[in-house]
This record gives sequence, structure tokens and C-alpha cells, in this order.
Amino acid sequence: MTTAQLAAYIGVMAGVTYLVRMLPIVIFRKKIKSRFVTDFLYYVPYAVLGAMTIPAVLFSTGSIISAAAGLIAAVLLAFKDKGLLAVAAAACIAAFAAEVIMRFVLQ
Amino acid sequence: MKETEKLSFKEGLKDGIPIGLGYLSVSFSFGISAVSKGLSWLAATIISMTNLTSAGQVAGLTIISAAGTLLEMALAQLIINMRYSLMSLSLSQRLDSSFTLPHRFLASFGITDEIFAAASGKGRDITPAYMYGLISLPFVCWSLGTLLGGIAGSIMPDMLRNSLGIAIYGMFIAIFIPPARKSVGVLVTVAIAAGLSCCFRFIPVFEHLSSGFAVIICTLAASTAAALLFPRKEADAE
Repeated sequence: MTTAQLAAYIGVMAGVTYLVRMLPIVIFRKKIKSRFVTDFLYYVPYAVLGAMTIPAVLFSTGSIISAAAGLIAAVLLAFKDKGLLAVAAAACIAAFAAEVIMRFVLQ
Repeated sequence: MKETEKLSFKEGLKDGIPIGLGYLSVSFSFGISAVSKGLSWLAATIISMTNLTSAGQVAGLTIISAAGTLLEMALAQLIINMRYSLMSLSLSQRLDSSFTLPHRFLASFGITDEIFAAASGKGRDITPAYMYGLISLPFVCWSLGTLLGGIAGSIMPDMLRNSLGIAIYGMFIAIFIPPARKSVGVLVTVAIAAGLSCCFRFIPVFEHLSSGFAVIICTLAASTAAALLFPRKEADAE
């Protein structure tokens, strides 16, 4: 990939991301009336995160087994309403522990 | 409202500390991931400094590494980050009168899920100073974490690097599980999106569908279904 191509990707990413943040706060002064639109927008972040997390999380570490260990740890802590940092750290530690066990204990 | 009661830069900085700490670890994982997909640490850091968003950057990375089209990139960012429009809109209703147009142009750059949550939880009119304070640390941490991950990721042992790759998903899980427990609508949204996402990933017919478009389709379908099946009550709509 050339530097120009990469710059184009990053430019489009940054430009679109900025516009969706900037336009409403600059243009809209009234509240959206459509209940469907506001409900739809309300559910969007959860849909994005669900789609991006599952099943990709299972392929985010060295093996599906360590990823599953991390996933289970994350879900358990998230169920207890722990913060972002605690949940992310627990996922990493559990995945790392599983990697260590697989490499040094089981083999 | 008296001048002294207005939200200050310092108060914003303070509220930004926990957000910044969280971002540091997650962006570290993004930096590692970007470099493992062939980007330089510099490109990864520029992406973080210009985008300041987790899900959009992860999707963008996937599109770049798969050499997707610019249209696909634009659509993916539009759909994935569309939620910021809602937050931006919501914030626009509670800004202090000192929030002039130039401030709106500048501060809107820093609207993220967590920054929006912190700002809207204040219960007072948001001043530009407060927003800049609130955005500062998360921005620095997000950029710095990416830089460190991009550089240190390549000299780290495999096992450690692999384990850190899951951090960003841990953050996603921490964002969607608590509301999914409280709201059936959110639970169904996540379930539909995750189910469709698995279909796109594992059913051979869809192997040519890029992951960027897959996320777009999952999002539109799940959010539309949830909005139709589980309209929220007036009181929840704020």
C-alpha cells in the first residue's frame, strides 16, 4: 500500500467520523421528533458493539481457547457492573493465564 | 447562574482521569493490532489522534488491511459512528450560552461514548472549558497508548501481545452487558447483531462480504428490529 492510499483511508475515516460528531451539534437546535429515529439511534451502539465483538473476540488472541477464557472473565466482570478498565484487564489476564497454561503446563 | 458555579476546565480534567486510564489500555491494544496488520506505529498513532474512537478504528483497520474501497470505509464509519450524532444532538440541548459556534466545531471532535456519558451526567449546563478539560486526558491517553502499543507491541513476547489483543473487546463487553441486563430491547439488539455477525462470518455464502459491510448490515438490521419491537417509553428517551 502506498502512503497516498493510506492517507486517503485515514482522511476518509477521520473526515466522516468528525462530520457525524460535528454536524448535529452545529446544525440542530431542536430535538428529534420521530420516536422511531430516536429509538433506532439509541440501539445503534449496542448493535455495533455486539456485531464487532461476536465472534471476532474469539480470534483476538493466540488461540480460541485463551480467547474464550478472556471472554468468560470479561462477561463475568461486566455482569458485576465493573468498569471498562477492570473488565478489559480481566480479559487480558485470563487470556494470558490460559496461554501460559497451554504452553508450559499442558505441553 | 453565577460565574463561579460554571463548570471549569479543572473539573473536566478530573472527570477525564478514569476515562483516560481506560483508554490507555484499550488504545495500547489497538496499537498492537494495527502494527500486527501491517501499519506503522506512526500511521496507527495518526489514526488514533484524528479519530478518537474505538469501534470505528477497529473496523477501519479491518478495511485497510483487507484493501477495501473508500466508499466502504466511509459507509462503515458513518454507520458505526452514527451514535455520536445522537450524543452530539443530545449535548446541543444542554450547552451553556458561552458555547459559541467555534467552540461547537472544536469540542464536537471529542465526543465519545464515555465523554458523552460524563458530560451528560453533570446536570449543569456544559461550558467549553469543561468540555476541553474533559476531552484532554482521554485524547492524550488514547494517542499515547496507541503509540506505545505500536512500538512496544513488536518487541513484546507473543504470548503477552496475543493476550492484550482482547482488551478492546473487553471494553466493548463492559459497555454493552450492563445495559443489556436492564433492558430487553438492548439485549435483543445485541443478540440479533451478534447472531447475524456469526452468520456472516461462518456461512460460506457470505465469504465475499467484507467485514465492514457485515457490521453495517448487522447494525441496521438489529437496531431497526429493536426500535420496532421495543419502542422505549417517553421517560427513557432522554
